[in-house]
Amino acid sequence: MSEYLGCKVFASLYRDSVVLMQVSQQLEALPGVRRAAAMMGTPQNKDLLRAAALLPAEGEQAGANDLLVCVQAESATALAAALQAAAQQLSAPPAASSSGEATAPRTLEGALRHLPDANLACISVPGAYAAYEARKALRHGLNVFLFSDHVPLAAEVALKDLAAQQGVLLMGPDCGTALLNGLPLGFANQVPRGPVGLVSASGTGLQHVLCLLAQQGIGVSQAIGVGGRDLHAQVGGRSMRAALRVLAADPQTHVVVLISKPPDAAVARELAHEAAQLGKPCVWAVLGAPAPPQATLYRVATLAGAAQAAAALARGEPVTKEDLRVSLALPPELVAARACLHPSQRAIRGLYTGGTLAYEALWLLRRWLGRVGSNLDDRSEAAPAAEHLVLDLGAETYTGGRPHPIIDPRPRQQLLRELARQPEVAVVLCDVILGWGAHASPGEALAEAWQEAQAEARAAGRRLVGIATVCGTPGDPQDLAAQCRVLRAQGMAVTLNHVEAVRWAAAIVGAKEAGQTPAPEPAAGEPLPAGLPVATAPARFAALLAAGPRVINLGLERFAASLARFGVPVVHVDWRPPAGGDVRLLRVLERLQ
Amino acid sequence: MSHAAIEAANAQALQRLFAARPFWTGVRPARELLPQLAEGTVLHAGPPLSWEATCGPLRGALEGALQYEGWAADAASARALLEAGQITLRPCHSVGAVGPMTGVVTPRMPLLVVENREYGNRAYAPLNEGLGRVLRFGANDASVLARLRWLQDVAAPALDAALQRAGGLDLRVLMAQALLMGDELHQRNVAASALVLRALLPHLVRVTPAPEPLAAVVDFLSGNEQFFLNLAMAAAKATLDPAAGIPGCTLVTAMARNGTEFGIRLSALGERWFTAPAPMPQGLYFPGYSAADANPDLGDSAIVETLGLGAFAMAASPAVARFVGLGSFAEARRVTEAMLDITVARSPHFLLPTLDGQGVPTGIDVRKVVETGITPWINTGIAHRQAGIGQIGAGVVQAPLACFVQALEAFAAIWEEEG
Repeated sequence: MSEYLGCKVFASLYRDSVVLMQVSQQLEALPGVRRAAAMMGTPQNKDLLRAAALLPAEGEQAGANDLLVCVQAESATALAAALQAAAQQLSAPPAASSSGEATAPRTLEGALRHLPDANLACISVPGAYAAYEARKALRHGLNVFLFSDHVPLAAEVALKDLAAQQGVLLMGPDCGTALLNGLPLGFANQVPRGPVGLVSASGTGLQHVLCLLAQQGIGVSQAIGVGGRDLHAQVGGRSMRAALRVLAADPQTHVVVLISKPPDAAVARELAHEAAQLGKPCVWAVLGAPAPPQATLYRVATLAGAAQAAAALARGEPVTKEDLRVSLALPPELVAARACLHPSQRAIRGLYTGGTLAYEALWLLRRWLGRVGSNLDDRSEAAPAAEHLVLDLGAETYTGGRPHPIIDPRPRQQLLRELARQPEVAVVLCDVILGWGAHASPGEALAEAWQEAQAEARAAGRRLVGIATVCGTPGDPQDLAAQCRVLRAQGMAVTLNHVEAVRWAAAIVGAKEAGQTPAPEPAAGEPLPAGLPVATAPARFAALLAAGPRVINLGLERFAASLARFGVPVVHVDWRPPAGGDVRLLRVLERLQ
Repeated sequence: MSHAAIEAANAQALQRLFAARPFWTGVRPARELLPQLAEGTVLHAGPPLSWEATCGPLRGALEGALQYEGWAADAASARALLEAGQITLRPCHSVGAVGPMTGVVTPRMPLLVVENREYGNRAYAPLNEGLGRVLRFGANDASVLARLRWLQDVAAPALDAALQRAGGLDLRVLMAQALLMGDELHQRNVAASALVLRALLPHLVRVTPAPEPLAAVVDFLSGNEQFFLNLAMAAAKATLDPAAGIPGCTLVTAMARNGTEFGIRLSALGERWFTAPAPMPQGLYFPGYSAADANPDLGDSAIVETLGLGAFAMAASPAVARFVGLGSFAEARRVTEAMLDITVARSPHFLLPTLDGQGVPTGIDVRKVVETGITPWINTGIAHRQAGIGQIGAGVVQAPLACFVQALEAFAAIWEEEG
């Protein structure tokens, strides 16, 4: 039988003998290899090899400080393969220690050393650094959940283009919620798995629909947030279109729900085109958007309507028309409360931690009551004076750099104290957002503030009516029943359906069925020409859903904690502002990366 | 130019660092190796500085060096020459050399020659004099000068002859072995020095007349556990130099201190120094001394850290971790891991046995330093602030961030102009 003997000399390469014996063993295990030896080329070692007839002539030149690999194989191919394998093994870095590093990583790159196969970065750092960190994550091929807001529009567009290039999905900026394979990102409720897939440009809007579906026993395949500004004219729905393709391809998803606050009209038309080509029924909960001409879309005006329609589609039942009429019917506790109101108390105040719930309240109240003031018309301004007011407390005017009001109840507590002193206020509408990532007991925090406000009003001879929409499920960590109980104990009316809460408020201040001002129905949009290209599904996001998320978390530690509770591999970065927070230096760094 | 161009430049630099094969090939008089080192010129450690800005130990070493060369009869006349501006001071780095602590080199001093056989470039360092009263800490009495003359006349020719017989000594391999034996190759060179002795002894005994001077040379080598430090420095310099001057490369190619200022060089910016005041080391002091006696950080030895050894390899050396004032091995490991945050690769040659054979962090990227605010750790000896007293302790020091910020800004300015 013929034999092939060969060797390779690695000049000035040192490995200790234990490592070299392991290499020899691994080479001998290769197919077609009879014997192999990896040794430093000392005279003694060369004697050994010579005696074993393993030292070819070209191996004689190896010195004591050169590494020598000799192989005897059954074929020239096996010999070449073994020598190649040796070169590879000697140059490959050893596997990382199973015990990991001793310290929490300080940077995204450090976290990647702990979790080299991470597929998602969850970023909730202050807005000034958000784009910087997101860009790095995208460059590393990670999908990104970007909770942070205050990212400039141009930066958002650039990031989303980078994401498309990389075949990843950028959820955000300003993305509050996602549920991937049932696992919560950001603020998310505990809901069962099921046939409904959702994409949303609204965090609390998505949460409310998830909760209402769960109440009806309908589960969720994926819930993908894309950030509050994705449907802006300049951003053009880049992330939502990509997410829709993911849901179209997802075999678990049978019904699609698309949720957004009022979008850009042209973007809405393109999206409608996209949504009509999913091959699956799609509920179009794009608040304030023109009715899409596509027949396969089920248009609804409210979040409750979206949940209703999706549930019906999931059950294979016909979709019933949404009821948007005002009703004067009130639960008994509110009938009693209304009777206590002073004639001067005629105003509604909505104090919302969720932006889309605030928008929905504003839209319904304008429909039913006419003029309503809000900071939603111009988020950078304080709300104008008006009889009725709806406030989004997530706006910068109210957070003032503090955490989101879903985490930090203090701004609303302060506002409640103030409005208790205003004689015209009759009804206060509030939302209470439960779920992973949220405040540990937001119902309690609201109930305490409500008790104080009511005491203050009572001192002035008045009583306030409080209505809370609790957005939660029995599986949420805060205990839904207990949260409702503590609010009721302080005399607030509680519902899980936001349309119902707004309807009650309108009824109390005297909206009349006959006298309601119908909002003009949005006109149907122009049909789109056929044959527009549809977006492509980001391959690395599909891979994430197939393999399950492996997460690097920068920013709020609570988001890492929620994921860890579900057994998701997650590395939390001990993050600090890059360049010590020196914005000028950061700009320099950005240009060089 | 793009981000990709920077990454490509850095990859090229890394490739050069990892391909380098430094060999100790000889010991020759400085004036024979360095035509720039004319009569009246003295090399010193760190970035350039004027006589007025020199620290105490450097003044002591300069005064000693002038007497050693015979340019001055005593310390007072040496000082007069220096004050009169009769002596030219220039950094070791400016002529391809590195010197520990004060780093003073004069034309007659023997230099270790390290040749990078991959690229053909050479780097130089003076012979390590041992501990105690030595010129590198600014001592300059008669015993110091006598030892320097013995090194010049006896040790250097013997070592050179042994090296010629051995055909040079492969330092990359020797350093890789020493890391596995508990050295980090800055504060601790016990294993590496022993390996050098082992490698040279068979040649030394065959080329050096016995019993003297062979006995004296062997006594000198076996009595100096830090003998290898200067070789590690020259090996690091010879390895790093081919990575300097690569356009678009953001890696640091030298860190050095002159006792007054700390300076760094960036590959793309060639021989330009970016400096900040030299920091004070933190560490342990020999009996009778305290931080109040310490001189600001000093020496070219941080070239070792620039290559990923020394403090960067702290995890290799639990013994050093204690000595330089870190409480535990876990802390040593944290130092090495922190350096991973500011480097771009791990060495395929210098492996850390305590970290499952992972390579030392290599390739300090100025962008990462500025981004994280983490600056390189350096293991260092602590010199007394007065000339001639010598080493009073050992510890660690972190490079000042300001050098890196300046270097980054200068790089960005040039980069954008060219882009």
